[in-house]
Formats: sequence, structure tokens, C-alpha cells
Amino acid sequence: MIKKIGNLNKNKIISRRLFVLVAAKIGLLGIVTSRLYNLQISQKQKYEVLSDKNRIREWKTPPQRGIITDYFNNVIADNQRVYQVHLSLEEVSNFNNSIFKLKNIISLKEDEIKKIYEKKEKSKPWDTLIISENLSWKEFSKLNLYLHELDGAKPVLSTSRYYPYSNDLVHVVGYVGDATTQDIQNKKKIEENFVPGLKVGKIGIENSKDTDLIGNHGIKRYEVNASGKKISEISYNKETQGENLRTTIDLEVQQLAQELLKNQAGSICVMDIYTGEVITMASSPTYDPNKFTHGISTKDWNEIKNNKLRPLLNKSLAGLYSPGSTIKPLVALAALEYGIIDKKFKVNCKGHDHPYELYGERYHCWKKNGHGLMSMRNAIKQSCDIYFYEVARLLGVDKLSLIAKRYGLGSKVLEDFFSEEKKGIVPSTKWKKQVLEQSWYLGETVITGIGQGYIQTTPLQLCLMTAQLANGGYKIKPNLIYDKEIDLDKIKSKIKSEKNKSVSQNILKDHEFKHYERLYRNPNNLKLVLDAMYGSTNEQFGTSFRSRHKEDKYKFAGKTGTSQVKRITDQDRELDLDLDEIEYKSRDHALFIAFAPYDKPRYSLSVLIEHGGSGSKAAAPLANKLIKKILDRHELREKIRKDLKNIA
Amino acid sequence: MILSTSLNSTSYSFIDKLKAVDYFLIIIVAIIGSMSVFSIYSTESGNFSFYTKNHLTRFLIFFFMFLVLSFVRVSFWYRQAYIFYILGILLLLLVIFFGISASGSKRWINFFVMNLQPSELMKIAIIVCFARYYHRIQSSDIQSYKYLLQPIILLLIPCYLVITQPDLGTAILIAGSGLAIIWLAGLNLKYFIYSGLILLVSLPFVISILKPYQKSRILTFFNPDRDPLGAGYQIIQSKIAIGSGGLLGKGFLQGTQSYLEFLPEKHTDFIFTLFSEEFGFVGSMVLILLYALLIYRIIRIGFSSRSFFAKLYCFGFASALFLYIFVNIAMVVGLLPIVGAPLPIMSYGGSSMLSIMLGLGIVMSCKIYSRDSIGN
Repeated sequence: MIKKIGNLNKNKIISRRLFVLVAAKIGLLGIVTSRLYNLQISQKQKYEVLSDKNRIREWKTPPQRGIITDYFNNVIADNQRVYQVHLSLEEVSNFNNSIFKLKNIISLKEDEIKKIYEKKEKSKPWDTLIISENLSWKEFSKLNLYLHELDGAKPVLSTSRYYPYSNDLVHVVGYVGDATTQDIQNKKKIEENFVPGLKVGKIGIENSKDTDLIGNHGIKRYEVNASGKKISEISYNKETQGENLRTTIDLEVQQLAQELLKNQAGSICVMDIYTGEVITMASSPTYDPNKFTHGISTKDWNEIKNNKLRPLLNKSLAGLYSPGSTIKPLVALAALEYGIIDKKFKVNCKGHDHPYELYGERYHCWKKNGHGLMSMRNAIKQSCDIYFYEVARLLGVDKLSLIAKRYGLGSKVLEDFFSEEKKGIVPSTKWKKQVLEQSWYLGETVITGIGQGYIQTTPLQLCLMTAQLANGGYKIKPNLIYDKEIDLDKIKSKIKSEKNKSVSQNILKDHEFKHYERLYRNPNNLKLVLDAMYGSTNEQFGTSFRSRHKEDKYKFAGKTGTSQVKRITDQDRELDLDLDEIEYKSRDHALFIAFAPYDKPRYSLSVLIEHGGSGSKAAAPLANKLIKKILDRHELREKIRKDLKNIA
Repeated sequence: MILSTSLNSTSYSFIDKLKAVDYFLIIIVAIIGSMSVFSIYSTESGNFSFYTKNHLTRFLIFFFMFLVLSFVRVSFWYRQAYIFYILGILLLLLVIFFGISASGSKRWINFFVMNLQPSELMKIAIIVCFARYYHRIQSSDIQSYKYLLQPIILLLIPCYLVITQPDLGTAILIAGSGLAIIWLAGLNLKYFIYSGLILLVSLPFVISILKPYQKSRILTFFNPDRDPLGAGYQIIQSKIAIGSGGLLGKGFLQGTQSYLEFLPEKHTDFIFTLFSEEFGFVGSMVLILLYALLIYRIIRIGFSSRSFFAKLYCFGFASALFLYIFVNIAMVVGLLPIVGAPLPIMSYGGSSMLSIMLGLGIVMSCKIYSRDSIGN
């Protein structure tokens, strides 16, 4: 009985205790359920994203750069097939071992290996390293032969930049190289499309037009497992090639210009005087841009860097030179425009025994025996210095400076297209006060009249100046990339309407001009100057007479210039040394500006030979050859122009 | 036949026995079992290979064993309860000397056909042992120090042996199921409160004797981002898998987290994660419901049993089963620290399957022989 009661009691207790336990279980079950609800319903999105982030990894594929052509569609910057070897880090079991084996197969240099190790430090374990960007076919086939021994090594067919006319266009087209941290920071387009191994423009058009040329990278999305191994491709947004660019350059003229400049330091620029198209912009000496594509070797780099003739300097737009006598047409024009002189104004040049004197300072003409009584036309034709000393003195440097700037000196021709372009200096009293904090001396005005002293110009500026004189005095828009907005017919009709416009007296004051606006007061003044330049080339005693073309269709007008590098002392004048006897660095720069054909001008050019001696001997003869070439190609160029217009 | 003669007078015809079987319970076990086979199949990305084959074979063998054991008279378990316990202890001792080590702990003995994990058997042995122990004690005596101390010692021995393997998870489960029975037997609430307080006070000391990896697991539990690629990796990846499953899941064989091997130990402790990723909230609820039904049926059998032993066993086993399930799921959803604890029936692992089926067999024998009132 007792036992039974006890058992009953026990049964009662166990039921009660079980009830508590079940209640607790239900409570715990509630917690688990609410947790699951929280994870799977409330926070589903968050975990879905995390899950995708886990399993999907993106690989970026490099875009191909746009192709650059000359005006005639000759490819001047191409994409070439290259053989490369990549190393997929996740498949490499022993990195040191792999590099050692590769070294024996594809001949890696010590510094290249060092770079590879540096790159490896920065990469992620699933990245792919580019071991060699440009293998020879022999190395590539050898690599394929030993491939089974090289875990993770992948032979890759890729494309890279190639410049078929290597040295001829480097200063125009530029070159590419690996993107630096700075490149990535500076250009958003590079940052957005960055892929390891992406090449970006370093200088030239490649740099200026990088944003258009780069294209967009592709994205390959792969599903990967926990150890990063690719399982399957999920999607592939194909990369797009950058825009193709047509430049205004004429490859043949450019090549001729480089040929003419061979073994000398200098520049040749050619421009269409209406459209402002830069047809040639040669700078010498040059170098091979292809050497930079895969990283230039130290030896090659030092060779370029230490060359005394400075190949890296783009002399056409970053080289600054005194314009010398090439400025004389502009000085004459300024004096005519302001009414300081007329065409009958004369000055007597009496030779070295009777130099031009100002406040006790003596200024000589280059011609020892003097030119005699000079009119404006003769003074330009024979390049008389005494005449221009006097005209400059009468004109004053500020008026000269105003007209010089108007015709293209003292500012960047291609605006900000090339970062290395220089503005040069067109001095004025105000400029001297501001920059040098000194007062202007009249003697400085006098030498500015023959393009010496403070005045500094680039060859491209002189070419533009000549163009804007030759086209009758209209402001043009120089350009290097073909632009369908710049239409010859429209420009010509615009000029026609400008010509008939009546101008106010204000035209001689300082103000901003729009493109194709007229720059002159009286058209006859320009005609006088251009006619004098004709004389300079086509008449006896003209300074470039020996370089003239006799055939009518090639006839051109020009002006020589000889720019002094150092002050000529009386002793030098006494010695009258031949060019060979003067030390290279002390020799004068030779300059020449011209436009052609004379009767219906279309092209302007400037030639500069550093330390070449006199303009008439060193620079003008090059113009003779160039102009023939340019005019021979004129019709073809016009045909292309029409075709392009029709396409547009 | 030997059994029936030596035991109490009640005799059962074979038909009676068949009638008494709880078929509903068997069906639930079969359903969970087949779900587990599909889940393991999914861990192998839909290949019927090593793990799936092994798991299916084991499930079939032990399921059959469960059915056979159902017909073993419940009084047999009563009589052999202490032997069972001692056998469990002996096996645990054997592990110390002849055990097989894997990933830093020594838990298994090689029995040729399978590697047995004695700690899993101990989970059942402790329930059977305690059911017998309390069967005989008068309710008035339960509170005495003698009857308080004895079961605690019985419980501490296997717990200590398992902890030193080291296997904190299983030790907790053994201790938990033992305590559940002590509670059910009617030990005064105050003792539970006291011991709870003592545990709290001694916690710093306990933590100091924990192995470094155990400490790191507990610290990681409180802040999984502490070491996302090390100790926290499992919890983070498990939560991502479960969370990304959403309401209906990614679909069978579509769980990317497990397929792409982001999930650790996906066939054992993290099988629920995989299941939940593929079948979502709804699937998880179905599975939990099935477990709840299973526990409910076991408790029902307990109520219908005449003997206190059977009652105590069934309630105890039901509580233990709940504890296993809760600890495992709470662990993978990040509610509890990661302590190796398999999900009953679902997880890959022979010993765990064996012990659950053994436990269920005893439950079923309680059902079939429910009219037995076991000797005093």
C-alpha cells in the first residue's frame, strides 16, 4: 500500500516535472524558430548578397586601344599580336621553382625577375601575373614544349601597341606604358577601366586622347569555390575597343621632314592656313616609341636621355627659340597697321663702320658692307637689320607685342592638347615690370625688332603666324585630330564675309578674337608684307633666293631667320668665322618660314635647325623639297577631304 | 523465451505485439532518415558516392536494428541497465588506451566494421542507468544526500572521461540528459538552483582549464567577426548559408555555400545548414516539426507505460533527444558556441545513428511491453 502510494506520488511528480520540461522545450523551440525567421526571412537579402559575394568573383579583361591613323588612313599606331606568358598563382605549387624553370626557358634577366617578385608581393592569391609581355616566337614555342613541367604557366596570345613608323611620329603620337598610381589617380577613365597590365598613353596623342583611346574593360564573372578555384563562367561583359582616331598628319610629308632633319636637331611644322590642320610636326632627333611599350631597358633609356641633341624634347612645341628675322614681316605689318610708316618709308644701312646708335649703344646689321637705302619691301627681302631697328623704335614694343600676340605668338597653339607645349615670351613693358620687376629700355625694343632679346617662340607658333599672315589675316583653329566640324567651305565663306565687314578703329586695341575673325585693319598692309616675302624668295638678292622653285605651281614666299645664341662681340665681328670654326653650342639657330603656293596660298611651314648657322643656307633649302611634296599631295588630300565630308 | 519465463507473469501474443507497435513513430523515423540520405547526397553535389552510400547503409542497418530491438522485453534493459553503464565506462577507458585520434581528439575505437564512438553509446547508457536507479527509490528518499550523491558520481565519471578526449559537446549532452532525468525523478528544485549558482561562480575556473581551441570557440561565438577566416569562419559561413536560403530555399542540390565548399563539416554537425540553405525556412520548419512529433510520440509512450522505469526512460530519452536537436540547431544558427554535436538521424556518423536507434528501440519496447510492471 505504502509502495503504491509512493508510486502514485512518483507518477504525479514525474508528470508535473515533465510538464515543466515540455514548457521549457517549447520555449527553446520558439527561440530557434524566431532565429531562423530572423535569418531567412528578415535578413534574407543581406545574406543573399554575402552568399553571392562568396561565390562570385570578377576578372577584368583588358580593352584594346583605338587605332590612330594619319589623314590618309595609314595606320600609325596599331595593335599587334604578341606572345606572352602568364602565371596563374593559384595553380602554382612552388613559386620560386616555377620562376627558376621559366628563367631557363624564356631567358629572364635578373632585374626582370626582381620586378616579378615585387609584383607578386602586391597580388592576391588568385591573381594572374604577367611574367613576360613580349616573347619571341622561338621562346613561345619552346615554352609550349615544356608546358607540362610548368604548373600554372599559361601561354597567352595578346595584343599590344605597335608603331609601324616607329621614329617618324613619336613626338606626335607619343607612346604607351604601364599605368602608374598617378595615372590612375589623374584620369577617371583609367581608374574605371583599370586592369593589371593596362597600357596608358604617356605623351603625345596617346596621352592627350587616352580617354577616347582606352576603351572599356570587360568583366568575366566566375563562380568560385571556397579555395578560389574557378568553377564556371556566369557572365561575360565583353570589353570594347577604344575609339579610332584620324589625325591631320600627312605621313609622307612627316617622313620626308624627319628625313630632312636627320642627324640634326630641329623641327619642321606644316599647317593648312585655312583649316589649321597640322600636316607635319617633325622634331629631331627622334627615338623608337616601341621600346616603351613593354618597359624600356635602362641602357636604351640612358641612351635617349643622355643624347646631347635632346630627342625627348618635342622641339616643335616645347623648344623655345628667338625668332630672329622671321619676325620682320610681322614688325613691318604692325608699323603699317598703326600708320607709323608707309611703304615709301626708307632707312639707310651703311655697314659696320656706321652702325645704328642709340644712347651710345651700337647695333649692327648682319651685312658687313650695309644694304644702302632700304624701303620696307627691300628690307624684308634682304632682311636688313638697321631698317627694323628704326621701325621698332618708332613703333614701340607694346604695339609690336600686341600684333605679335594677335598672330599667334606668346600663347599655346594647340591650347592644352599637349601638356608639354610652351607659351614662349612676347615681351612688353608691362611684362617686364611684372615678371622681371624692371623698367623697359629702348635698346630692348630695337633688338626685339629683329627677333632677338627676350622674345621666345616655338616653331609651331611661327608656322601659325605664317599661316595667319598668308590666309589674309584671319584667326584659325590649329588642330591635330580630324574634326568634321572644321569645314573648309564654311571657313572660306566665313572669311569672305569677314573681309567685307567694316572695322572700327578699335581693331588696333587689345582684345580677344574669335576663330576666323579678321585680325587686320587694312588688307593692303598684309598684301605689302606678303609681296615682300615673295621678293625674298623669288627675286635676286632675296635671302632665300637660292631655295626658290622656278616652276609656277611650286612658287612660294618665305622669310629666313638666323637667331643668335650668344651676343656677338666686336671681336667676333672682326673674325667673321666660318660655321665649322665655331663651337656647336655657340652656332646660330637657322630658321625659315614660308607659305605656298604663292598665288593661291594654302600651306604654311616653319623650319628650324638648332645651331644650323644661317637660315638661308641651312633652313630654306629644306623648305624647297618639302613644298614640292606638300603641293604634289594637295589634290589627294582634297579628295580625302571631300570623301570624309560626304561620309559625315 | 528465457526472458519471458524469468520475468513477470504478463504474456504477449505475437499479434498483440504487432498491434502495440507505434507505426506512426516508425514512419516519422523513416521520413527523417530518408531526408538525411538526400541531404548527404547533396553534400556530395548529387553524386551517389562514399558518404551517401555509407550513410544509407548505416541508416538501413540501424533502422532494422531498431525494429528488432523493439521486441526485446523492456525488463531486459532494466536488468542490464548497470551492466550497460559499466560497459560504456569500460569502452570509454578503452578509448584512452586504444583509441583512434582524429583532428586533435581521441574518441573512437576501431571495431573493424566501424569506428565506434563510445561516448555516443554513453548518451543512452546514462539514461537507462538513471531510469533504473530512480525506479527503486522512494520519492521521500530522493532528497537524501545518499541518493543525491550517488547519481552525481555516476554522471561525473563518464562526463570527465568524455571531456578529456576532448569532446565538450558530447559531455554536455550526457550531463544534460542525466540532469533531465534527475529533474524528472523529482529532486528538489533548490538543488538545481544551488548547483546553477555554483556553476556560475566556478565559471572563470572552468574557462581557465578549457583547451585553447575551446576558449577560442566560445569567444568567437560572442563575436564571430573576431577572426572571420579562422574560428569565426564556420559560424559566419553557416549563417550566410541559412540566411541566403530564404523562405523556400535555393532548391535541392542548389545550395551554393555547400556545393562550393564554403561550409565546413557539412555532412556532420552542419547538415542542418545545408538542409536549410536548400529548403529554406519552410523546409527547416518541416524538419523541426517532424522532430517535435517524434518527441511527442515518445512522451506519449512514456505516459502509457505502467512501469516507472519505462516512464522515466521515455521522458528522459525524449528530453535528451530534444537537447541534442536544440544544441545542434542553436549552434549552427549562431545561438550557441560551436561544440561538436550531431543532429540526430540527419548527421553523418555511425555511432550517433547507432545510439539514437538503440534509444528508439528501447522506447518501442516500452510501448510493446507497456503492461509490464517491472519488479521492485
